[in-house]
Amino acid sequence: MALISRGFRPKRESDPRLPPGQYLERGFPVLSAGPTPKVDLSTWAFTLGSPGEARARWTWEELLALPAEDVVVDIHCVTKWTKLDSRWRGVSIDTLLDAVEVGDDEQHVLARCDGGYTTNMPLADLRGGKAWIAYGYDGAPLPDEHGGPARLLVPHLYFWKSAKWVRRLDLLTADEQGFWELRGYHDYGDPWREQRYWGD
Amino acid sequence: MTTTTEPEPLDETDSPESTDAPDVRYALPWHVATVAARRRETSSAVSLELDVPGWHGALPGQHVDVRLTAEDGYSTQRSYSLACPGTMGVARATMPTEATTARIALTVQVVEDGEVSPYLAEELVVGDQIELRGPIGHWFVWQPRDPQPVQLVGGGSGLVPLMSMVRTRHQAGSRAPFRLLTSVRTPADALYAAELDALASQDPGLEVTWAWTRQAPAGWTGPVGRLDADALAAACLPPEQHPHVFVCGPTPFVEHVASTLVSLGHDADRIRTERFGPTG
Ligand SMILES: Cc1cc2nc3c(=O)[nH]c(=O)nc-3n(C[C@H](O)[C@H](O)[C@H](O)COP(=O)(O)OP(=O)(O)OC[C@H]3O[C@@H](n4cnc5c(N)ncnc54)[C@H](O)[C@@H]3O)c2cc1C
Repeated sequence: MALISRGFRPKRESDPRLPPGQYLERGFPVLSAGPTPKVDLSTWAFTLGSPGEARARWTWEELLALPAEDVVVDIHCVTKWTKLDSRWRGVSIDTLLDAVEVGDDEQHVLARCDGGYTTNMPLADLRGGKAWIAYGYDGAPLPDEHGGPARLLVPHLYFWKSAKWVRRLDLLTADEQGFWELRGYHDYGDPWREQRYWGD
Repeated sequence: MTTTTEPEPLDETDSPESTDAPDVRYALPWHVATVAARRRETSSAVSLELDVPGWHGALPGQHVDVRLTAEDGYSTQRSYSLACPGTMGVARATMPTEATTARIALTVQVVEDGEVSPYLAEELVVGDQIELRGPIGHWFVWQPRDPQPVQLVGGGSGLVPLMSMVRTRHQAGSRAPFRLLTSVRTPADALYAAELDALASQDPGLEVTWAWTRQAPAGWTGPVGRLDADALAAACLPPEQHPHVFVCGPTPFVEHVASTLVSLGHDADRIRTERFGPTG
């Protein structure tokens, strides 16, 4: 039974699209562990592979030449804000996976980013039209502080899984925890089950 | 697209680094905390001291989640940094295993029209109870046994977790050289000014610099305005000393300070950031 907070009156709008413990945010807050990296697009490339093996690699121009999708999704940050109907443009992870061989035993993924950030998730969560490499936000190029030039977008999980400045996805045969997952945050991170921290 | 099976060097992203994470994993249950004291810091900020039965301590820099629940069952959560971690930096392993009541402190800056901050700062009185859980965040933390020099840069209420580091350093008797640069709008907005002055005057290892963005105190001869590269270079430990750098505040402040420090030669890998609040 939750403790009632004497005299506390809600002020924010509620919405059935808000997961438990989240509030509606109209701005776009930023959560990162360090400085925003500087990126040179002429040498930038995105890699899909496994540890020590690059199975496919796309330069910036090559990524932009892949079929793009415009998606409108709700995003949920573990710091409690939810943003409804955010508009993104990017390449479906399905499109990228089609370019490589995936072993039957490779059911886990670790995303790696500029600045050393990593995050893990099951491969199944990146398949079936649920995840993208996003490079556009709200009709413009994705701003640096929000992960530009490109970030992972996995809107059905808490937003730390949508790794900013993503450079590589490694397919793994065993789960390997990423940056926040090693530091107290939940391995899976489903906002609807409020999986914020270890043990949730 | 180019397809290759050649191994590719994985650069620095592959090297395992220290995590600052505890060896023992623990779930974070909700605690019922009781307001033991409240102190007005400025016209719009209040510090709350909270007694928390079962609190196992924290490292300076960590935060808690506070949960409020209304009569009708509506409930909401926000994060607040610990202004004092409750154990003054004593590592978990040396804490008593029996659950004890610890006293922690938060400092809440009122966000006008906010749902939670005006309630915490203006409505709560001594004896009231709120739910919270933590400590959260094993990255934006200072380890009290670490002798390396430390540079702290705070904007507005971003000073709160940095104050936790300063207080812990003092309590733990650490000799790690500390410099704190704190940027606020006007002298009336300065948090913890008297305590910081007192600590700095008795301790040559702690240097505190104030920066004013709107209005400086009478007699101030330095610049007034946003921290620029010159001000940061003058007030901060030089990159050659390889300080740990902790930057906290509103997002635009953190973006600006962290990228300026990188351009001044600080190693991006040594800069840890915490961003409060929305984007500008
Ligand atoms: C890790 C972490 C630690 C934090 N530590 C502290 C702390 O020690 N002390 C503290 O006072 N706050 C801290 N915050 C901010 C705090 O969690 C709340 O965001 C803040 O108190 C506003 O909540 P609210 O319910 O009053 O406003 P809300 O009802 O959430 O917001 C009202 C409106 O104000 C805007 N807003 C929200 N926050 C700010 C802001 N900071 N400045 C300007 N506008 C804002 C929102 O975009 C929204 O439109 C921390 C946040 C994080 C993520």
